[in-house]
Amino acid sequence: MSGTNDRPDDRPFEAARYPDGSVTYPPHPVGPDGEAPVGTVDLREYDAEVVTWTTSTATPPGVREPNSIAVVEFDVDGQPVRAIGQLTTDEVSIGDAVEPVYCAELRDPDAGIREAESQSWDGFRFRPVE
Amino acid sequence: MDRVAVVGASMTQFGQRDAWIRGLLAEAGEACLDDAGVPPDAVDHLYVSNMASGEFEGQTGVPNALAHDLSAIPAYTARIDQTSSSGGAGTYAAWQSVASGASEMTLLVGGEKMTHRSTAEATDVIASLTHPCEYKHGVTLPSFAGLTARLYLDEYDAPRESLGKVAVKNHRNGVDNPHAQFRKEVSLEEVLESPVVADPLRLYDFCPITDGSAALLFCPESVAREWTDEYAVISGIGGATDTHVVHERPDPTTMRGVVESSERAYEMAGLGPEDVDVAELHDMFTILEFLQFEDLGFAEKGEGWKAVEEGRTDRDGELPINTSGGLKSKGHPLGASGVAQAYEVYEQVTGDAGDRQVDADVGLACNVGGFGNCVTTTIVEAAE
Repeated sequence: MSGTNDRPDDRPFEAARYPDGSVTYPPHPVGPDGEAPVGTVDLREYDAEVVTWTTSTATPPGVREPNSIAVVEFDVDGQPVRAIGQLTTDEVSIGDAVEPVYCAELRDPDAGIREAESQSWDGFRFRPVE
Repeated sequence: MDRVAVVGASMTQFGQRDAWIRGLLAEAGEACLDDAGVPPDAVDHLYVSNMASGEFEGQTGVPNALAHDLSAIPAYTARIDQTSSSGGAGTYAAWQSVASGASEMTLLVGGEKMTHRSTAEATDVIASLTHPCEYKHGVTLPSFAGLTARLYLDEYDAPRESLGKVAVKNHRNGVDNPHAQFRKEVSLEEVLESPVVADPLRLYDFCPITDGSAALLFCPESVAREWTDEYAVISGIGGATDTHVVHERPDPTTMRGVVESSERAYEMAGLGPEDVDVAELHDMFTILEFLQFEDLGFAEKGEGWKAVEEGRTDRDGELPINTSGGLKSKGHPLGASGVAQAYEVYEQVTGDAGDRQVDADVGLACNVGGFGNCVTTTIVEAAE
């Protein structure tokens, strides 16, 4: 599996921080405490651990096949923050350390049912830390 | 308070059907009214549970169309969309309409027409419920199932075979359901050797894509005996949600919507999980049967797989699960499934389940939307 591009320096992997100290990816208008975010965290600055993963062999239009996906957990200064995303390989195990790598187009925006203009299509895949 | 009675029920043949959504809904709706002997002009409220007739078929406005097709004009109508739990949500809305006194006769019809789409297209329509951060990575409902199954097996030392035994059990039950999409048994070997879909889950861990419809007719218990001596009552019902973004849940193997909705239903009914005689769970994927079994209070967390291994959820076990064959064997026409689950429980507690009949006075249906995003739990009891 390939297709991961070099990340542009100006594209953060942005999570939101809330008044109670909690952090979520993706950011929400209000956090678990019911308050609006007070800041952001760039998850590119942190490594993560694989919580679980799968390889899907029956993928929808515009999605690579097979498609390996993981739920990962970042340790942001003691605060656990989970994210989901494509893997760069299917050679992973639960507990493996991974790092985010930028991909300019994760899925063909024009192939699926969702309006192409309604959301972004770039983002971060997860690559095992050597 | 007057309890809410179910006085009629029906379901169409599930599977690959020639009929489109309007025809499927009319078939179930007409059969349900016939079952109760209630004329269409007696219907005050008409609800249609449906996820995506616009996306699948280009047909919107189905509740009004159904009211006309059934000659139920001028009944109040509404469409209930709660993705895969549209049927459970429709049951909740129908129950509310009668319990509140707004309606003395409410017809609920759930249905979906899906099989004219390819598997990839149907999967994408369903995956459109996901958050943009999930959708752009190609995350689908089956991939959520694979992610969760791997974690469950790892955390609780459950054998992979235990998931396969859910499929074997439910296919065995489906043989005796004349409405089921698949009326054939599968062996554990066939399940474990079928093609990988979302590792570690394989083809037979997943429900099929299905066309079909089901219906229920509700009225106050005080009115029920005017129409029939055979009815059941909704003694408890609860609905709840969990996070839209699935990975934000603290424990991915716990479905909070199932926990919360069932607690509300048990409290309303004055019952607990130990009182349930038969249950229909939302086995869209085999792993979901374990999660719901535990989150409904039938087993401790991480112990649900043992019930399947020990045969306790077989039709002749202490708590039969999915006597209909479940979504796995019966099929999963999205908007119809929650209604069809309640249909099976109704048939069981009224003694009309035929070859599938078990000894049951209290039945439970748990209908799940998304990957546990929205849940309705309904408790149905035999009328005394």
